Formats: sequence, structure tokens, C-alpha cells
Amino acid sequence: MSITLKVNGKTHSVDVDADTPLLWVLRDELRLTGTKYGCGISQCGACTVHLDGSPTRSCVLPVQSVGDRSVTTIEGLESPAAAAVQKAWAEMDVPQCGYCQSGQVMSAVGLLEQTPQPDDDAIDGAMRGNVCRCATYQRIRAAIHRAAGELEA
Amino acid sequence: MNTPVDDLLLANVSRRHFLKGLAAGSALVLAARWDLALGEEEKEYGADAMPHGWVDDPNVFIRIDADGTVTVTNHRAEMGQGIRTSLVMVAADELGADWDRVRVEQAPADQEKYGNQNTDGSRSMRHWFAPIRRAGAAARMMLERAAAERWGVPASECHARVHAVVHAASGRELGFGDLAAAARELSVPPRERLELKPQSEWRYIGEDAGPAYDVKRGSVVRPKAIDGEDIVTGQAVYGADVAFEDMLYAVVARPPVYGAMLRSVDDGEALKVPGVLRTVEIDGTGQPAGFKPLGGVAVVAENTWAAIQGRKALKIDWNLESAGDNAAYDSKAYRKQLQQTARAPGKVIRDEGDIESALADAAERVSATYYMPHMAQAPMEPPVAVARIVNGRAEVWAPVQNPGATRSGVAKRLGLEPEDVTVNVTLLGGGFGRKSKPDFAQEAASLTKAFDGRPVRVQWTRDDDLHHTYFHAVSVDRLEAGLDADGRALGWRHRTLSPSIGSLFAPDPEHIAPFELGQGFNTMPFDIPAIRLENPEAPAHVRIGWFRSVYNLPHAFAIQSFAAELAEAAGRDHRDYLLELLGPSREIDPRTFGDQWNYGENPERYPIDIGRMRAVIEKATAEAGWGRDLPKGRGLGLAVHNSFVSYTAVVFDVELGDGGGLIIHSADIAFDCGPQVNPERIRAQLEGACVMGIGIAMQSEITFSEGRVQQDNFHQYLVPRIDRAPRETRVHLINPDSEAAIGGVGEPGLPPVAPALCNAIHAATGRRIRRLPVGDQLSA
Repeated sequence: MSITLKVNGKTHSVDVDADTPLLWVLRDELRLTGTKYGCGISQCGACTVHLDGSPTRSCVLPVQSVGDRSVTTIEGLESPAAAAVQKAWAEMDVPQCGYCQSGQVMSAVGLLEQTPQPDDDAIDGAMRGNVCRCATYQRIRAAIHRAAGELEA
Repeated sequence: MNTPVDDLLLANVSRRHFLKGLAAGSALVLAARWDLALGEEEKEYGADAMPHGWVDDPNVFIRIDADGTVTVTNHRAEMGQGIRTSLVMVAADELGADWDRVRVEQAPADQEKYGNQNTDGSRSMRHWFAPIRRAGAAARMMLERAAAERWGVPASECHARVHAVVHAASGRELGFGDLAAAARELSVPPRERLELKPQSEWRYIGEDAGPAYDVKRGSVVRPKAIDGEDIVTGQAVYGADVAFEDMLYAVVARPPVYGAMLRSVDDGEALKVPGVLRTVEIDGTGQPAGFKPLGGVAVVAENTWAAIQGRKALKIDWNLESAGDNAAYDSKAYRKQLQQTARAPGKVIRDEGDIESALADAAERVSATYYMPHMAQAPMEPPVAVARIVNGRAEVWAPVQNPGATRSGVAKRLGLEPEDVTVNVTLLGGGFGRKSKPDFAQEAASLTKAFDGRPVRVQWTRDDDLHHTYFHAVSVDRLEAGLDADGRALGWRHRTLSPSIGSLFAPDPEHIAPFELGQGFNTMPFDIPAIRLENPEAPAHVRIGWFRSVYNLPHAFAIQSFAAELAEAAGRDHRDYLLELLGPSREIDPRTFGDQWNYGENPERYPIDIGRMRAVIEKATAEAGWGRDLPKGRGLGLAVHNSFVSYTAVVFDVELGDGGGLIIHSADIAFDCGPQVNPERIRAQLEGACVMGIGIAMQSEITFSEGRVQQDNFHQYLVPRIDRAPRETRVHLINPDSEAAIGGVGEPGLPPVAPALCNAIHAATGRRIRRLPVGDQLSA
């Protein structure tokens, strides 16, 4: 069926099965491949996008349930928090293989937009759903602190 | 990790004739500690011993455009270890390039052109520092000569300085871009005439501004990771990100048991799923599987989701008879079987002194049996590959650690010559050994052939990855020791039992191979009068394969746990006791232990260095405040291990929280890999290895029942999340200016983590963990 989606500020019409998870629509239909597949059951966070600004696992979200909410992917991320997070991530060499980092960045930006100065517990709580097999967690914590500092300054 | 078996299957092209030409020129002697030792031994080591060896031709690796852009071709797979940055640093530094004008290009599989590309065994920098450095130096000298000819002055008066060649006497200067075309026409200087830069002139290699996360310093480490910006903006291209307009999408239903075959399939319901086009049988290969696909039924569709839905609707009758007793494989029963086998003597690997009387005469005997389960590498990017055939030539895009084996395997599968197969290596979304086995690329090849060359992407789901990976070998290690009245160890008997990776390539040997024994078992360095090492049989029932650090994991876990148990039995401080077990600083030739492997390195250049082992222990314990008073319920634990010709010691500070939860306050890691090219990435690799090792200790386990994996996804196969990471992980890089040769980085950080953590748990709680993972043992 034909479904209309607002992604990164643009309206797209896609012809897919209504149950298709948003992840596969983004990747296979819209070729927005920054959003990654890691588990398919919202256990790893690699597929995290923003739905009206809130971090959401796109791998379990049927595309028909997106409705008129706006989808933001890593490719369309634009905000002071996003810029601060991406800068801190690159400066601190957070990524190793990098595959999960789109999802990590999406979750981190979501966190800082809700909680401008998170402590380590708040960071662990917000980032717990994002698995990094290279285990870059120490740098993720540090980079979120740095981004928070930058946003405050 | 290493793939010696794979390498043995390939022609071993000798590089000796190249080396002979190299001789020992004066420039090379200046840099001898960084370069290949040019011995006269018959046996070849290091990069010389690898299939297709090494290449140092600047025209292969370095291109300079008229606008001055320097493009370095990286031929090793990037999986997070940072080689795309670190090898480029080497080339750029020796060339005299400005980092901001250097880019990297990924080489396709072509080992005749680039030399060995098998990115495994923590070998990239060890084997490629010297050749890439020579390539950079040769390119620089060609630029200098081009400038000299332009100006009509002697080349010796022209020097490359930050992307330009300068003639100091006349003050003239020409950019690399202005000289590139002329330099390209010049002959490559012979190796013996190369002038390598002295270390004092390096601008990137070894440059260390301290940890990037050290906010107080506010330091930004330079050069930054080459792919960093692309990764954080979602632009980096991994295997699953390659797409074509007319591409098809496939998932494969594979035999649930190793060795099972397809008997029949009813795809009627699957074909009714909207978007599903057809199903394709993929030939199964039985045992041993090697790198060939397991076979099964592919569902090919217009998008990934349709393929996944279609697969759920398949009705498949598997022939389990061809799997033999694999269909009855039960990991719990297997553990008991190995524990039983471990009670009797096995194949003798090392025998020094009189172990029987050493044990019989001991004032105290200690024994313990340790267990480490199967595990899955579970890289965040599951296996994936895209393939197409155009005009009889196949092209593959895949995240593979072993491009050469991918190319030869795909060629064989399609009945083509390797020259007719192009393998484009994407970024790897993690490897950890899984992607050294390119079975998934062969699946994609079979599928594109079934669709007359149309591009097909085969995507493994997480279930596929956990069910059908090449599993880390399960293991039982039984140790016994005899102590004298003063607690000194008189005798040490260790039996190790694991299925061998050799079973993947040949009829099951049921004993581990030399390259597996050499991973911390027969190289056990303790200074004990009587030592007996045995390897009883352990058959394989699943595909066994490399997992980061491989057999070092169980060997380090058992040996380093047992050393702590002996210290306790002797009533001694663990660190002091461990240092005594190691004995005085000395260099041991691993051949004296019967180890002919030594990670493929020359044992004279890479001996087992007890001094370096002692040094990492002393550093880690000093930094962690070993011996300080701690409240009840809190403790420090230590372990040390050498692997991949590097040395790592880890100290954890842990506390048992309310409800049995473990709080890991900090980790202090001392690491010595000899000279360091990219210290910041080395730290990052050690930080990651630390947390991955915590996962191995605490939670990661694959179990089998009736030959089938019982874990489907990350809710059952547990891997560490951010709250498992210690609040503080401090990596202490030591010995950066040592005379030692370059060691491995990607893997050696992992083996001592689990025993150090279990030793810390013991210190904090009195509970001795001998069976991994810890799971709920602390609350039970």
C-alpha cells in the first residue's frame, strides 16, 4: 500500500506492506542507510531514529503507525545538541568500527535535549539500549559530558 | 585471529628473493629496530611467511594528484582497529605529507598486487609498518629527485617538508602536487638506497597528546580517525549499505544442525508473501565446512522485510542423518564429558621434571577445573554481502577480514578464475574473527548466479548470526599443583580440552593444533621445576572458528585463575606470588617450550620476555593502588597474559552490591606492544577489550540442545551494555621507546580480563568462579 512519510523534513510516498518496520523503509526504499540493522527486536539500538524528536527503535515500528509524526535520521540530524554530540564524538575518537554509532548519536542527542547535564547514571540509563560490540562506552560517557559542557558554555 | 590453516590451503609465495635484494643497507640499519630482521634462517617469519607476503612499491600504495591530494591505498580490512588511519599515518609521515591533504582509498582483494590482506591475528601493523614506511620513503625520494631535476641541483640538496620539496640554499619550494607528474615517471629507488626518516622527524607516528577523553587537557588528538566524521553523520559505507537500483534482497534458511542437509522444501506459503519473488536452494557442503556456505533455502524478494517474512513461511524437511551425532549435541552434557575426559592423561604436550613425584611429595596439593562456554562474535553488523555478475565477471561487496579467501572462494563457487572476481571490501561493522570466514559472500555469489547476474544482497539476521556463526571453542581446563611447605610450586599439571578449529578444514583431529596450543598453553612461562601439559581429545560438533584472542581466552582464564588459587593456598599476596611464579626477568625462546608457532614471528626477535611481563604487572598494580585497605565486600584482582607478541596486565577494583550485583569501580590496564604507531587507538582498543572481556566473564554464553543453538538474539545472548563498563578504565601504555619489535594490539587486551575480574570477585567475596559466565552465581 502507499504510505506517506515525513523524513528529515521531506515528504515521501512509499509503496510497501503496512507492517514493514520503518527501518527497512528507510534503508531499502529511501536508501537512508545511516540507520542500521542490528537485531530486529529493539534490543540493540542500532536502528534508533527520532520520532517527533524522541529516540525510537525503527526496527519494530510498523511504518503505518508512524502517521504524521516527523522522522529524523542521522542524515537529517540538525540541532545545537546534535552538532555538539557529533563534534565531541569525532574529537574524542569515540567510534571504533562505527556501525552502532548512528544509533548512539541519536540516543545521546535525545538524552541531552531532555537532560542538558546528565550524570553518569543518567547517561547509563539513557544509553543502555544501545549496544556497542567494540565497547566504546567509556568514550561515549566522556563525549556526552563534553557535549553537555559545550552546550552549556 | 590468525588463520594459519587457511593460509596453508593457499600457495605460500616466498619473499626470500626480495629480502636477499634488500641486504642490510645503511639507512635500514639506522632503522633496524623498526624494520624486518634480515636473518639467514631457512624458516620464514612474519610478513615473509604469509601467503603473498608483503609489497612496498610506492606506486601500489601512494598516488599524488596535481592538486596535491595524497591518496594512500589501504589494503587491510577496517573493523574498528583503526588501520585505515594508522597505516596512512605511517605512509604520510614518511612521505612528509600534510595530514589534512591525505585521503585513504580501500583496496579491493588482490594479493598479487598488494601482498597479504588477511586482516587477522593482530598482524597489520606488525607486518606492514616496515613495507608501508618504505613505500612512503621511496615516494618522498622520487618527489625530491623530480624537484632536483626541475631546478638542476643535486637531489641531496632537496628535502620534503610538509607537502612541499624545499631547496634550502636557494629558498625555492615546490608543492607535492606540482611535482607529482614528474615524480611518477621516475624509477623507484632501490630498497638499499632508501633513506628512512629518523624517529625524531616523525610528526604523526607515535604522536601522543594523551587520552582524547581527558577533558581537563582539552586535547584533540591529531591525526583524528579518518572515518570519524563519516561515521557520526551516517555517511560511512558498510556491507549492508551497498545497493543497486535493480538489486534483490535475500535471507537464507540454513540447516539447524551442523552437517544437516536439505531434504525438501515447501515454499508455497512463502511465495504468497507480497514482495517475495522466488526461493533458491543453496548447495550445502557438509563437514568439514571450511568457508563454504552451510546451504539451505534462500528467499529472494523485493526488499529485506519481505524476504524475512517469506522465510518464516517456509516448510522445510531437514535431513539430520547427514549430521551424525551433531544432531544430539548438548552443551551441558558435553561439559560433563570433557570434565570426565580431563581426569585421565591426554596427549603430552610438554613434560619437564618429574610431575608425579612433585605432586606426590607436595606438602599441599591444589586442583581446579575451569570452564568457558561457546560464544558468538556477534559483530553489530551481522554478515552481509552483495554480489552481481556482469559480462561473465563477478563483483562482490562485503565486510570481510579475508579478502583473498573471499575472492578465491567466490571464484571457485562460480567456476570462474580469481581474476574474474572483484571483491570490494567495505567497512566492517565489527569483525572479531567472524568475518575472517567469508561464507556469506559465497551465498551472495550463488544467488546472483541464480538470477542471471542481477545484484543480490544476502542479509543475515541476528538469529542467523547467533545460530550459524563459527563458534568460539568451548573448553575445560583441569589444573593440579603441588606446593612445598613454604607454598612454593613444585609441580604444575594442566590438561586443556577444546574442539579444534582444525575440524573446520579437515576430518576432526580431536586435539588442538600447534597454533592453538601456542596461544598461552604450551607457552605457559612459570618457573616451576616439574611441568606437565596435556591435551586430551575433544571432538567438534559445530563449526568452530576464530573469536578475538581465540584459545588464549580459556588458557589465560584457567592459568591466571589457578595462579591466584595457589597464592591463596600458600597464604601469599597474589601479585608477589605471581611474580615469583614468573621468576626473574629473562627472554625465553618459545621453541624451548615446544612452541614452533610463536604467532608466526621469529622467536629470536620475539622471545617470551619475562621482564616485560613483570613490568606490566608492576605498572597495573601500582596504578591501581595494589595492597591498599579496602572495605569488606570490595577487592582488587589481577591477571597477566602475553599473546600476539604483546603483554597485558589488568587489575580490577570491584564491590559486591546489594542483591548480588557486581559494581566494577575501575580497571587499570598496563599494555606493552612495543613501539606504538597510533597510541590513542591502542588505548581505545584496550578500553573496548576490557569491556568485551567483562561480558565474557559475566554474561556471554551460547548453549546447544539437540545440536541447535538456544539463543536467538541479544535478549538471550547477553553482551555488555554501557552500565557494564567500569566507571573508570585507565590504560597505561608502557615501553613506547623500547627496542622491542612491534606487537599486536587488537587481541592481546582481551585474555587477562576475565581472570582478573574473577580474581577480583574472589578478593571481594571469597567466591571462586571456575565456570563462565558468572551469570547468577554471585546471587545464588
